[in-house]
Amino acid sequence: MRFTLKIWRQKNAQETGRFEIYEVEGIPPDASFLEMLDILNEKLIKEGREPVAFDHDCREGICGSCGLFINGRAHGPLPNITTCRLYMRHFRDGETITIEPFRAKPFPVIRDLVVDRSALDRIMQAGGYVSVNTGSAPDANSLPIPKPVADRAFDYAACIGCGACVAACKNASAMLFTSAKVAHLSLLPQGQAERRPRVLKMVSQMDREGFGHCTNTGACAVECPAKVPLTAIATLQREFLRATLLPDPYTE
Amino acid sequence: MSTTTIESPVITTSPVITWREGEMITNNKVPGGDLASRWARHKDSLRLVAPHNKRKLEVIVVGAGLGGASAAASLGELGYQVKVFVYHNSPRRAHSIAAQGGINAAKNYRNDGDSVWRLFYDTIKGGDFRARESNVYRLAEVSVKIIDHCVAQGIPFAREYGGLLDTRSFGGAQLMRTFYVRGQTGQQLLLGAYAALQRQVALGNARVYHNHEVLDIVVEDGRARGVIVRNLITGEIHRVAAHAVVLATGGYGNVYYLSTNAKLSNATATWRAHRRGAYFANPSFVQIHPTCIPQTGEYQSKLTLMSESLRNDGRVWVPRKPGDSRPPSQIPEEERWYYLEEWYPSYGNLVPRDIASRAAKRVCDMGYGVGPTGRAVYLDFSDAIRRLGREVIYQRYGNLFEMYEEITGESPWETPMRIYPAVHYAMGGLWVDYNLMTNIEGLYAIGEANFSDHGANRLGASALMQGLADGYFILPYTIGDYLATQLFVKLSTETAAFEDAERETKARIQRVLSTKGTRTVDEFHRELGKIVWDHCGLARSAAGLTQAYQQVRELKERYFKEVQVPGTGSEFNQNLEKALRVADFFELAELMIIDAYHREESCGCHLREEYQTPEGEPLRNDEKYAYVAAWEWKGDNESPILHKEPLNFEFVKPTTRSYK
Repeated sequence: MRFTLKIWRQKNAQETGRFEIYEVEGIPPDASFLEMLDILNEKLIKEGREPVAFDHDCREGICGSCGLFINGRAHGPLPNITTCRLYMRHFRDGETITIEPFRAKPFPVIRDLVVDRSALDRIMQAGGYVSVNTGSAPDANSLPIPKPVADRAFDYAACIGCGACVAACKNASAMLFTSAKVAHLSLLPQGQAERRPRVLKMVSQMDREGFGHCTNTGACAVECPAKVPLTAIATLQREFLRATLLPDPYTE
Repeated sequence: MSTTTIESPVITTSPVITWREGEMITNNKVPGGDLASRWARHKDSLRLVAPHNKRKLEVIVVGAGLGGASAAASLGELGYQVKVFVYHNSPRRAHSIAAQGGINAAKNYRNDGDSVWRLFYDTIKGGDFRARESNVYRLAEVSVKIIDHCVAQGIPFAREYGGLLDTRSFGGAQLMRTFYVRGQTGQQLLLGAYAALQRQVALGNARVYHNHEVLDIVVEDGRARGVIVRNLITGEIHRVAAHAVVLATGGYGNVYYLSTNAKLSNATATWRAHRRGAYFANPSFVQIHPTCIPQTGEYQSKLTLMSESLRNDGRVWVPRKPGDSRPPSQIPEEERWYYLEEWYPSYGNLVPRDIASRAAKRVCDMGYGVGPTGRAVYLDFSDAIRRLGREVIYQRYGNLFEMYEEITGESPWETPMRIYPAVHYAMGGLWVDYNLMTNIEGLYAIGEANFSDHGANRLGASALMQGLADGYFILPYTIGDYLATQLFVKLSTETAAFEDAERETKARIQRVLSTKGTRTVDEFHRELGKIVWDHCGLARSAAGLTQAYQQVRELKERYFKEVQVPGTGSEFNQNLEKALRVADFFELAELMIIDAYHREESCGCHLREEYQTPEGEPLRNDEKYAYVAAWEWKGDNESPILHKEPLNFEFVKPTTRSYK
């Protein structure tokens, strides 16, 4: 297969970027999208040109490193998939493919298609955990949790932190990311003690990082490779309301 | 441990591969006496550091996978000042995240007769009696606390309808002791450790330096004193000092280029520690996982694992007629050869990984392989789907089926999966004592980065167990014993050792950047991988290893003449990162080959073609090789020194490992 690639090139966060056009041919249809970029980079290096920087690691859809904005969509034309799990057979031979980094103010470009997503770590630092020190836990089966609850908590906990929700959102909102953690922990008995401060702190950190607000378009859930359901956001809203409007049961 | 070595003359059983024999390792800090109480007694004998003094002690943790993140979080909780270095943009990206199947623990929730002893015995037998009894027993002992802790963190483990934890079976065990979170156990356990670490960051006890790669370990007067790191975004080189350094940098499966490891996984930190004096143990012990999606083309960048848990319900077979090209659905039952069930009736499809991998190779060598290349076997779920229904199978393996279909374009619901073995996990790693300290004082290695618990073969669902055991429940105790001696040490980076390490690091960078050759790093890496896979992979022989050794050395020489690394060192440069890692893979590959050559027996993953029964079962030689081979670096172009740590089996009797 052959493709015309229109790729965003940017030397670092300070310099202005621009699109450049590259031609690739002889791409096997079973090559992954990232392997297609590997082939392009091998060619560029041999021609003495600068290869394209892009993030990747596990290449099996779980580490959340890869994240390209392909033809106007986070992680490319298929829904609910990471870039590394996208194959060239999903494209038309001869097609022009536009490749950009995930764009959002809190995700500054490091180089070309690589962005800094450490803002997401800072949201987690604000409260995305159960405060339990190593060594203090009771026996695991002393806390029965109904299977449907555990399963639902897992559906939210499955988030891979890739940031596609932010990239897909017209407001660059990190609501799906933040709500996935809030919903996961609010469902489980382990998360109850810090339920109230958690949602308040995480939402406030999300705002501080410069992520936008949610306007319920649902674009995030369409792209989310972990298929975190939109009900996560509804849960976060409810948790937020509960924390701000209802009296705190622990201080009353 | 003594650093003086009595060197034997160069051992030259081959005209090419040479090594010397040094002193035996006698002080591995393993306590004596009754096995079951060893760890408890040992803990009680360790020195403590008072809370107000912990704040004055700095610890560097390199890597934030299960081992690194859990260690960094636990050390932060204790009050130490922790600095974590990760080359990723976030500590949540470490490769532990990709572990699918589960984590073992001797909980005996099933009432199926499990116990600490049985988990210990299965693990040491699974490792073909090439691991230390005391370490493995301790691992089994703390396994139960790991599950408790992870549940307390809010990890959504799979549960029964009654609300209690569900378990399943894994290879090499006749019990159901594997806890799991759908097909994403590693992800959820890692996110638990990551969250615990983020909490310590918020509390100010830990600091994570993302996009920072450790390129050298600084050793002063035999003690680890810090690291040299490169800021991957700006290219700046920094010196960082600490009272102790913990390497949690994972395994080196990427020596083979194609493996199930993440693309960035590398051996640089452990290899650099080795060059600074740390012994590297059993480097040739690399696990080849039986159930991976077969390679399809030259362009392929990695191999994808299909979890071992699939062998709970999937049946492995090949057509009875060699070269049978009919689609699997048209091959009637009586013409299917379920070779694992036939050869190993008591464990069937759930034999340990080394055995399943070798069996797959054997049937393919015999011409029974399927698929376009003939290097694959079927993993068939049709029986299980009929017996249990689609819903149950979906619950258990839904995401794995989807992943398989995405990659291959074929649906496991309709046609059996095609699988073939691929490099997966390094049992070998830095030599550590019972305290997880290398032979360099103050330098620790945990998780896959060390050699300690899996012998010559790791059982499924034991990697997560070991990473978390080391990080949550072992290192936080043992490191205090050392740190208690470091209280009054004033840290400085203005020393000759830091100076040298920084200069050498910069020279290494300059060397690959200034070569300006014509071939890419990946071209060399692929070539290296093929040599090591062909001769130091599923089967090894003296002749093949000798040839491979020469080829690797020649290729390394060419690398430094012909490699082309674009760009500069003072910018974000992924090719430079890769070039430095591959340079270290060359040296490690040489040592792997020497180690495989020297071990004239077959054990676990290590099958020497000269030492097997006519049926292809490995022949272990306990009389000569019941030891850990710990290698000491002596310099470029010098023969390494072999230190043997004898494995004394006081409690189990090494037997011929049979799963028949």
